[in-house]
Amino acid sequence: MLRFLLRRIGLVVPTFIGVTFLSFILIHLVPGDPIEVRMGEHGIDPARLAALRHQLGLDLPLWRQFLDYEIGVLHGGLGQSVVTHESVWREFITFFPATLELSFCAVAFGLLVGLPFGVIAAVKRGSAFDYGLMGVSVTGASMPIFWWGLMMILIFSVGLGWTPVSGRISDMFYIEPWSGFMLVDCWFSGDEGACVSAGSHLILPAIVLGTIPLATVARMTRSAMLEVLGEDYIRTARAKGLSIWRVVIVHALRNALIPVVTVVGLQVGSMLGGAILTETIFSWPGVGHWLIESIQRRDYPVLQGGTLLVASLVIVVNLVVDMTYGMLNPRIRR
Amino acid sequence: MPHLLEIRNLAVEFATARGRFRAVDGVDVTVDPGEILCIVGESGSGKSVSMLAAMGLIAWPGKVTADVMRFDGADLLALSPRARRQVVGKDMAMIFQEPMSSLNPCYSVGWQIAEALRTHHAVPRAQVRARVIELLDQVGIPDPAGRMGAFPHQLSGGMNQRVMIAMAIACNPRFLVADEPTTALDVTIQKQILDLLVALQRERGMGLVLITHDMGVVAETAHRVQVMYAGQMVEEQKTVGLFANPRHPYTEALLDALPERAMGRSRLPTIPGMVPGIDDRPAGCLFNPRCRFADDLCRQVQPPPFQAEGLHVRCHHPRPEIVLPEVPA
Repeated sequence: MLRFLLRRIGLVVPTFIGVTFLSFILIHLVPGDPIEVRMGEHGIDPARLAALRHQLGLDLPLWRQFLDYEIGVLHGGLGQSVVTHESVWREFITFFPATLELSFCAVAFGLLVGLPFGVIAAVKRGSAFDYGLMGVSVTGASMPIFWWGLMMILIFSVGLGWTPVSGRISDMFYIEPWSGFMLVDCWFSGDEGACVSAGSHLILPAIVLGTIPLATVARMTRSAMLEVLGEDYIRTARAKGLSIWRVVIVHALRNALIPVVTVVGLQVGSMLGGAILTETIFSWPGVGHWLIESIQRRDYPVLQGGTLLVASLVIVVNLVVDMTYGMLNPRIRR
Repeated sequence: MPHLLEIRNLAVEFATARGRFRAVDGVDVTVDPGEILCIVGESGSGKSVSMLAAMGLIAWPGKVTADVMRFDGADLLALSPRARRQVVGKDMAMIFQEPMSSLNPCYSVGWQIAEALRTHHAVPRAQVRARVIELLDQVGIPDPAGRMGAFPHQLSGGMNQRVMIAMAIACNPRFLVADEPTTALDVTIQKQILDLLVALQRERGMGLVLITHDMGVVAETAHRVQVMYAGQMVEEQKTVGLFANPRHPYTEALLDALPERAMGRSRLPTIPGMVPGIDDRPAGCLFNPRCRFADDLCRQVQPPPFQAEGLHVRCHHPRPEIVLPEVPA
């Protein structure tokens, strides 16, 4: 296990170099730099522009800028935002809990609904439930998030007035950001109204963001279960006189979970990169929102540092997924 | 004395894309306590399917019908699925052909044996562990306490088959089906597993059904033999009689094809053709295209199933009976 872990960590280094290089090149390909973008149409005195550029090191050749940046990263510094002059790490830390809270709830929603649906569809394959579910699942997986999100807002927020339209909590409440997770903070504040408000703000974005994982999980679970239910050891389990649901849950589901965990893990990874569309639609103050703004402002350090942090998260999540296999599947352990 | 297992006119049908397919047709099986019945036949002859049906393990698209299906006096056809599950795995147990894939890869072998015990409350909770160790010891697994935590992929095929046997006998069943238990194992291990099964059967007085296509196994272990062909039972005899005087042309041809019996001949006799599949079942006797003795009657009319008593051969022209000069002890 330790060797496996070390080898995986060794592979992380080239990935990091690649990620920083790509994000560096891509953002520099976009016309305009932080200063030009800030000055906008008013323009700026060329001498002042040159001075500012020099101050930020933007007048150096690109390779030199990249090298300086890499050296900074190796020293543990991600730099500071050109716009807010706050350190990138601190900004990330303030935005990240919102994204984490949203992704967690979305995945939980996808799993809680998708797993049972997939299992039932597999056990009752060929039934109306099976066909219905698979139809809905294709629809869900191919639903454009911006449309789906807007429709949900239109129906539940605007039409029925059940949930608020955007944000994390109503302005009526001030909750001390102790953990950064709004639901947790509200819980500890003991303010019932705040809890309800935070929950109602969270539910729509979580459902919207969780729709694709839900559809994927249901389909993967169904196909993995169908495969596993045909295995010899399922017959053995039935020959023991176990009830159908014990065979399905204890003997089949655990084996079927292996591919499902992979898919869920990959989805969690991509969600932590900021559910950009969902966060934008619901004005959810998370990492995706933050990164989009940094692109608009050409905030090079924020974009590069943020991308790097998100990449590390994806790598860590994938590592955790690989280790989960070991827990589920003893053949991989050792 | 009532039979331990009695099945009359068993049929198993599967719905396929091309219509209904009878995998098993008109099979009778009886097993008494302490008896070893061997069911032999080629692949696809329905030997496993008929026993899976007896165990209630035919999955959904398959349909099982029978005139009689009694186990230990209880009518299996009348039992609710729940009541049936209380018999299956407890009083009736089954082991399978592929030990490596028949055990769940996600759980330790000890856990899987303990599950059988816990399901049927065979022993008090506190004694489950001790009983698992005892079972592993009984089936000849060295260091049983240490092997309890092993996963199936860490054991050899022979060891896994021993685990399967331990699991099957965990609740002291009165009836055990072994579905080609040695086919996937190498020869030396085959012998050990067979000896183990026979020893356990004798010790416990179980009724044992051994499904095999190995005539050597039949000769060594069986008290009685049933020969199946294309889903039908074609002959049933006591083992000694079957080997000395096979009455069905198919049984005769099977025995002639044994290398041990073909000594001194230049070529090993074979049975021409193949077992008919789903689509190409012939009219009349199912064996007629491959039979040396087939005539027009065989090509047009199916021979009747076994008569109630007497001759247990499904054939229009059974081979003549030989009066044995001396029955070997």
